[in-house]
Amino acid sequence: MSFLAITRATLGKDIRLEWRSKDAINAMLFFSLLVVVIFSFAFDPTAEDSRRIAGGLVWVAFLFAAIVALNQTWAREVRNQVLDAYRVSPAPANPLFLAKAIGNFLFVSVLEALMTPLFIAFYKLRALGPGWELLPIAVLGTWALVVNGTFFAAISLRTRSREIMLPALLFPLSIPALLGMVNATTAVLTGEGVLRFWIALLVAYDVVFTTACLLLFRTVLEAE
Amino acid sequence: MSVPPSNSAVVADGLIKQFGRFAALRGVSGEFEAGKLYVILGDNGAGKTTLLRIIAGLSQPTRGKISVMGTSMDTSKVKDAQAQIGYMAHPSLLYDDLTGMENLQYFAELYGIASNRCREAIASVHLDPDLERPVGQYSQGMRQRMSLARALLNDPCLLLLDEPFSNVDTHSASEMAGLLAQLRDQRKTLFVVTHQPAILESNADEFVWMVAGRIVNRTASLRAEAP
Repeated sequence: MSFLAITRATLGKDIRLEWRSKDAINAMLFFSLLVVVIFSFAFDPTAEDSRRIAGGLVWVAFLFAAIVALNQTWAREVRNQVLDAYRVSPAPANPLFLAKAIGNFLFVSVLEALMTPLFIAFYKLRALGPGWELLPIAVLGTWALVVNGTFFAAISLRTRSREIMLPALLFPLSIPALLGMVNATTAVLTGEGVLRFWIALLVAYDVVFTTACLLLFRTVLEAE
Repeated sequence: MSVPPSNSAVVADGLIKQFGRFAALRGVSGEFEAGKLYVILGDNGAGKTTLLRIIAGLSQPTRGKISVMGTSMDTSKVKDAQAQIGYMAHPSLLYDDLTGMENLQYFAELYGIASNRCREAIASVHLDPDLERPVGQYSQGMRQRMSLARALLNDPCLLLLDEPFSNVDTHSASEMAGLLAQLRDQRKTLFVVTHQPAILESNADEFVWMVAGRIVNRTASLRAEAP
């Protein structure tokens, strides 16, 4: 029974469950699609305007959509109290957290891969800065969203109104990461601003919060 | 798995469990020998499930101490004790969208158990290991059996079963009772919470009567000695 084997087994199980139900992916796609279409009708931005607002728009859409996946990930464990079967096993807590976070990262990444071409088409986006830099920004930004999101979704698991509790806990803490993602994306799209600073901020945010979540997750899992 | 050297499987000392202002347990004490089948009886709200969850290490007592298989459940060694426990709750503790085999293969990974043990565990409760249907499409009786198979997966020394016979037909219930008696004969310790004690009347070693969060009596027979 190794840390990696349990992480891999839990991740495999979550992917299989999502593949069969498609609950999280479908809900996230629907929500993101609504944001893209509604905003494109609500505004009629010039190419220059698009470059300035797209960073914020894209990440806010992904953040709200990710909430759906984050709530879903633990809802599966509460149904039939399956989480108790994990808690009563000799498996340590952190492989469960890590597998959930990686699973959510994969689901949100799939959403981003599907939605990014639509964002580009609807908002006529063309990066003036180094476009390839969007990839590390997406990876770091997505991890920042899901690592805290997975943790706070676990905290709000036993609360009555967890759908409201999760954003209430997650959004304030995500502000530094959101600033980093939006400003880094805008810097790439406009070719202006200090891209390195925002990427460094995202790296620091990810390291600090991943460590904190791993240190605290056992307490959250064992809370009654 | 071998039975530990101590003859007590569970020792409870003054267990109190508060949920807010409600006391689910109000001072439960007792020593329970290894290799016996205990049936825990009592009305709804008597504290039976709470006691089982505390023994399983899923809940911590507000006050009092408990040791399971010689391990105090408030120490860092809880996971060692839990490796020897099989727990079947009132809900199935299974993923509805996975087949029985997929469920057990996942839990086998958590225990570091070879996956061929899954087939044995499923077969031991008289279910077909090759059944392709997801557990969500099982009948209630089949789900109960699969839940028991999951609890048996790690070949536990201590088996904690909460309402194993609920919604199970009479024939299946008596088959399950026979299996539990076999396990007891293999020197495993069993705690069974049930509202249908008659099913285990001939197999149980002791009936533990709970009222309002306390153990009020422990009897060798079901009849005539109820409080």
